[in-house]
Amino acid sequence: MAVSLNLRAMLLSVLIFAAFVAVWHLATQSGAGGAAANIDPEYAKLMGQQVTQGKSPMPGPLDVAQTIWGHLKDPFYNKGPNDKGLGIQLAFSLARVLTGYLLAVLVAVPLGFLIGLSPLMSKALDPFIQVLKPISPLAWMPLALYTIKDSSVSAVFVIFICSVWPMLLNTAFGVSAVRREWVNVARTLEVGPLKRAFTIILPAAAPTILTGMRISIGIAWLVIVAAEMLVGGTGIGYFVWNEWNNLSITNVIVAITVIGVMGMLLDQTLARLQRAVTYPD
Amino acid sequence: MTDRFISIEGIARRYPATGGGVTTVFEDLWFSMAKGEFACIIGHSGCGKTTVLNILAGLDAPDDGAVIVDGRAIDGPSLDRAVIFQGHSLLPWRTALGNVAYAVAARHRDWPKAKVTDHALRFIEKVGLKGSEHKKPSELSGGMKQRVGIARALSIEPKIMLMDEPFSALDALTRGTLQDEVRRICLETGQTGFMITHDVDEAIYLADRIVLMTNGPQAMIAEIVENPLPRDRQRTEMHHHPDFYAVRNHLIDFLVARSKTFRDGVPADHDRRRPPVVRPVAGPSPVAGARKVA
Ligand SMILES: Nc1ncnc2c1ncn2[C@@H]1O[C@H](COP(=O)(O)OP(=O)(O)O)[C@@H](O)[C@H]1O
Ligand SMILES: [Mg+2]
Repeated sequence: MAVSLNLRAMLLSVLIFAAFVAVWHLATQSGAGGAAANIDPEYAKLMGQQVTQGKSPMPGPLDVAQTIWGHLKDPFYNKGPNDKGLGIQLAFSLARVLTGYLLAVLVAVPLGFLIGLSPLMSKALDPFIQVLKPISPLAWMPLALYTIKDSSVSAVFVIFICSVWPMLLNTAFGVSAVRREWVNVARTLEVGPLKRAFTIILPAAAPTILTGMRISIGIAWLVIVAAEMLVGGTGIGYFVWNEWNNLSITNVIVAITVIGVMGMLLDQTLARLQRAVTYPD
Repeated sequence: MTDRFISIEGIARRYPATGGGVTTVFEDLWFSMAKGEFACIIGHSGCGKTTVLNILAGLDAPDDGAVIVDGRAIDGPSLDRAVIFQGHSLLPWRTALGNVAYAVAARHRDWPKAKVTDHALRFIEKVGLKGSEHKKPSELSGGMKQRVGIARALSIEPKIMLMDEPFSALDALTRGTLQDEVRRICLETGQTGFMITHDVDEAIYLADRIVLMTNGPQAMIAEIVENPLPRDRQRTEMHHHPDFYAVRNHLIDFLVARSKTFRDGVPADHDRRRPPVVRPVAGPSPVAGARKVA
């Protein structure tokens, strides 16, 4: 009876997945039995064999697995602007997310420090933050496109603007909540303000700052898909939209899976960093 | 100069009161200490003891008056004045050694890392924590944490140790050993010590003089009690000393009754600059065995 909770949970996960795949398979197999007869010929032409042969328009798990395997075998092929490997598209998205995100870190963490340390700055900047924070990052897109005049840089800007707020607010909160006595320890040791910021406030606030960074990377990954659907050209978001236009639902499902897995990896990376800086109190 | 190594000269501290006006925590406080002396301050919670200590540390500034240490007015924290805070105040992300080394590196900014570690280890050893130097504060017991705090304060080899109820959170047994430790180290090194405590026995064991502070707001120094016990007193033996209960009763009487009522009937000859010095000894004497000195 000493089967560990983890093992049992894993077994259950596998079972749930198997059940899901089975139901999916059955549901897409039979599809619309005699539906082919009374179908709009126009639509039939559009959808090809999926409709005319009575096959469900929804791809089954086998189709998806096959496509994924195809992508995995050759992730980086490049056959012109509308046909690039999934790996290349993913790399474009990641590059945009990481650039915008790292720029946001560079701005949000020092600014959050300032806000957290200075009640004056905190009060003075609060109204701006309150107004800017609830703006959907995509609402900035036209303005970004108009001023920057480069779709790829605009997407980076949108990532920047959406990841800056959670980090800014968490850093400010973490910094302002640092225990007074820790700061006083450094003060009685005549440790100067700059050194104090790095040796006391930063490590003390690091877990809270990392919480903000983790929220931000999640939001950035959500937003990049939408942003790339808008600006087009490259990236996993564009890939989804392009495959929808090609009516390749299989590829859309593959892309959705890839987006999910990548998002999980990003989150796990930040979670690991967060654990590394968390201290027991 | 040495008999006025620390000189508190007419300090006051005020805070804006809720609903306008100001609350004066204390005002016109005068007290001086000689080099190598150990003084305890007792008084009820909220009377301003921590505030006095923070002013001595340079973490807080008085609204009036000044504190002169070694001939110079305090204008901020200094490595010459180490503080052991109420609660251990260790940095939880550093090990015991890391906490002490942080202080050593702050004191000796030009030392190489190995020398800093060596020095820190010496003080970890001095407080009996050898073998636990790589543990984080969360892995240490309350007494061990407080030892690290003591090692950290001692490691910068300060001229003055300021202690804010350092042992109040510990069990009696641990408190006793740490009191021995602190007394031994202070006597060995000729350290000047200033400690806040609620524990009357602790004050009698450690202090040469005990400052009695009345209740706040507008707290004042009621008197200064000279410890009649011999300098080589032992913690476990001192209650056999004939004068022990005279001091103890005097202190407890103050805490129980006079700390509240003192301000209502301040004696006409009470001089805030020179609070009365009392040396309670055994034997018949009008005020609970207390004899006024000077
Ligand atoms: N920042 C502050 N603002 C207002 N009042 C304060 C502040 N700090 C301390 N006080 C008041 O000063 C008094 C003395 O506090 P403290 O020195 O901590 O007392 P003690 O250490 O003797 O218990 C208390 O009544 C407290 O309410
Ligand atoms: Mg206090």
